Amino acid sequence: MEPVLAIFVGLLFTTAIYLMTSRHTIRILMGVAVLGNGVNLLIFTSGRLTRDVPPIIPAGLDAPLIPIANPLPQALILTAIVISFSFFAFLLVLGFRAYQELATDDSRDMRLAEPADDPLPPLGY
Amino acid sequence: MGAEAAGTTLAMMLLPFIAALFAPFLVRQLKQNAAWVLAAAPAAIFIYMLAHLDAVSAGGTITGGFAWIPSIGVDFSWYIDGLSLTFALLISGIGTLIVIYAGGYLKGHPQLGRFLSFILLFMGAMLGLVLADNFLTLFVYWELTSITSFLLIGFDHTREASRRAALQALIVTGGGGLLLLAGLLLVWNVTGIGSMSELLAAGDVMRDSPYYLAALILVLGGAFTKSAQFPLHFWLPNAMEAPTPVSAYLHSATMVKAGVYLLMRLNPAFGDTVAWETILPVFGGTTLIVGTLLAVRQTDLKLMLAYTTVSSLGLLVMLTGFGSEHAIEAAVLYLVAHSLFKGCLFMVAGTIDHEAGTRDVTRLRGLRAAMPITFAAALAAAVSMAGLPPFFGFLAKEEIYYALWATSPWALTFTLVAIVGNALMLVIGFAVALKPFLGSPVQTPKHAHEGPVMLWLGPVVLASAGLLAALLSGFFHAGISTPMASAVAGEATPVSISLIPSIGMPLFLSILTVAVGIGAYLAVDQLRGAIAKVLAAIGWGPDRGFDQFMRGLVRFSFRATALLQPGRLDFYVKVTFAFIALALLLPMVMFDELPQWPAWPSDIRFHELAIIGIGILGLFAVIVAKDRLTAIVSLGIQGFAVALIFMLFGAPDLSFTQFMVETLSVVILALVMTRLRLNASDYRPTGERIVSGAIAIAGGLAFTLYLLKVTQGTLDMRLTEFFNEFSRPIAHGANIVNVILVDFRGTDTLGEIAVVTVAGLAILALLRVRTRHRTRSVVDAPIAPRTAEGEA
Repeated sequence: MEPVLAIFVGLLFTTAIYLMTSRHTIRILMGVAVLGNGVNLLIFTSGRLTRDVPPIIPAGLDAPLIPIANPLPQALILTAIVISFSFFAFLLVLGFRAYQELATDDSRDMRLAEPADDPLPPLGY
Repeated sequence: MGAEAAGTTLAMMLLPFIAALFAPFLVRQLKQNAAWVLAAAPAAIFIYMLAHLDAVSAGGTITGGFAWIPSIGVDFSWYIDGLSLTFALLISGIGTLIVIYAGGYLKGHPQLGRFLSFILLFMGAMLGLVLADNFLTLFVYWELTSITSFLLIGFDHTREASRRAALQALIVTGGGGLLLLAGLLLVWNVTGIGSMSELLAAGDVMRDSPYYLAALILVLGGAFTKSAQFPLHFWLPNAMEAPTPVSAYLHSATMVKAGVYLLMRLNPAFGDTVAWETILPVFGGTTLIVGTLLAVRQTDLKLMLAYTTVSSLGLLVMLTGFGSEHAIEAAVLYLVAHSLFKGCLFMVAGTIDHEAGTRDVTRLRGLRAAMPITFAAALAAAVSMAGLPPFFGFLAKEEIYYALWATSPWALTFTLVAIVGNALMLVIGFAVALKPFLGSPVQTPKHAHEGPVMLWLGPVVLASAGLLAALLSGFFHAGISTPMASAVAGEATPVSISLIPSIGMPLFLSILTVAVGIGAYLAVDQLRGAIAKVLAAIGWGPDRGFDQFMRGLVRFSFRATALLQPGRLDFYVKVTFAFIALALLLPMVMFDELPQWPAWPSDIRFHELAIIGIGILGLFAVIVAKDRLTAIVSLGIQGFAVALIFMLFGAPDLSFTQFMVETLSVVILALVMTRLRLNASDYRPTGERIVSGAIAIAGGLAFTLYLLKVTQGTLDMRLTEFFNEFSRPIAHGANIVNVILVDFRGTDTLGEIAVVTVAGLAILALLRVRTRHRTRSVVDAPIAPRTAEGEA
């Protein structure tokens, strides 16, 4: 099953990178969202796949009897989903405010920090 | 050497730095008289070093130190033999006089405290340089002299010429210091020897090494920049922008001799080879001639002296590399003589400037009546510089001709070079010491009179030292010259020359030099005009080259920055992902680490394939969607597909969270989108599509291959087994993922909550903060009507 998911992860990354290389903030945002899914699934798959059995210890036992899904990547991903969501929300508001202040969603027109006509530094001492 | 004595040596090495700390406070209390108190520090070092004279002249060495960075075998260690002792005496002795002189010269200057502090810092650095044994100790002090010299040259930092000179000196000598570091590290790597004392004891190790030439060139790069050898001499005359005490101390007596010190120190290990005995005399001889010719052209007292310093350094390098015992002796004698007379003459030039208000030799006449003591000191120093008896310079020059005179064409060439150089130095010496004082007095910018004791003490002491050393040459050779020459030559080298000349070729050459010199002195104005014409015809010099280099550097870095940081976000993202893809793919291909071609999984079930297929369709729709809302909805599809995959493979917690987050993302994104009045679609030109697409496909391929490779390897299950085993007994929880999050790794989860909180606060701040000049209001607008864009 892992090879199929590996291909799916590759497609998630391809889509994310293609979207993030756009000039428009909305596309970049969508790219960030897809990238988060790609990374999470990458971690999930590299922890190996086990069908149907969640990592829960049955009542009355101290340890699981049958093989269960690997809980470690799941714990990592649970954290990652939440953090990438707050990151996504922050970027969304940032893009929204940038549009309000600069009247554009094209990142090439956002030149406040790196002005396009930066003069040559002084040549004297 | 006992521990107590080692402690004292270390204290003496630290003393100038400690004195530098107190200098500003002392000056605030005592004004210029603080210089008398501060001069006690170098005086104490001088006396301490004198106390070692007996032991060192008997052939002993004094070593000590402690481990500095033991893990890589670097020590802080010192090594005192005849060579370093002579240098230490010059540094501390002349340093004492310079500190006093500086007090008088900068009397009433608001920054006198800072100046004395810098001078003392430099003194500490220079002292450490000549005493250092370990290579890295030496290098640190070497660069410290460059930095303190930068501070001193740029002392008058409100003038651009000063800033330029300081920067130039720092770049040339600091760059040379890096070459030296490379050279020393090469020696350390090739031979395993990390200190001077071991290198001196190791005999032919370096000469026999195949890396000899490389190490030699690197080390010479350090020595030649520091000692201002042609064509890197230009920084030294420019450094005359510094106040005169700096010129007298750093740029005549001490710092510029650091390069010569290094060559002398390395002579036993690096010398006696064809390369050494060719490169050094050729560069030194050229520097000697170029320096004196340029000196004759100047009319500023300090610049005349600065160029003769360049030529004297050339002479020293030439002698050090000439390869005979007499040449070493001559270099040793000339080095001491030069420090004494040049330090004196610089201070005289400063005193004239200070008292008469100008340093222009054409505007100074007849000061002898007004400044008799200064005149006497200047005359004595000039006679020594001219190489006339009864001064120490005479001994040095006799020894030079002993060393150089032979009938081979090679030796004859350098004898001729030395005669011309010495004759022209005589011209400059007398031009500085005689022209301002003789003749009838003329109007000077200030009414000239003798300076205070602080100003004439230094010149008088140095001039007298030049006389005494010659008169008592027997004692002087026993204590200083012979131990130093022996250290440089690497074997016992007794110096025996005295004021009583023996009739022979050297005496004849001396007389010839004086005759040529006096002839040139009488015709100095014509000579000056001729040299000026030649230089005007050439029109370019390394000094101008430095400016061109610096301007070119600024332009180049400006263009490189504009190329690499064009201010376009999409460019940065592309470069980042292209490098990530390369970083993953290249090693896999180069080291043959590509994953095996996977077999089609036999256990795959139809509904799993269907979910993945839907996800892929969602991704495809996101990319090809013409308008934004379609893209946003398709974004939700791929997110739900991922959530379903989590569900199918035993991760219900992830699945629920993912469903929630995806729903929220899509809803918020759609809400915000409808508030922006944008074009319905984001157009991307075809060229850009191809570039972005190529990078995206490479990136996706890289991660697929990487994940395949990972899943084909073995997985370390120890952590998982630990959690499975202990979740219930220790943490009393059945859901292992929850136990990990809230118990085993509870602090991480706290961090995660903090991140979410901070992101929330940042969002709140972003929404609340308004800049004054809003370009466009969207928030106050009613929720956008459902246009064709919204319906699509």
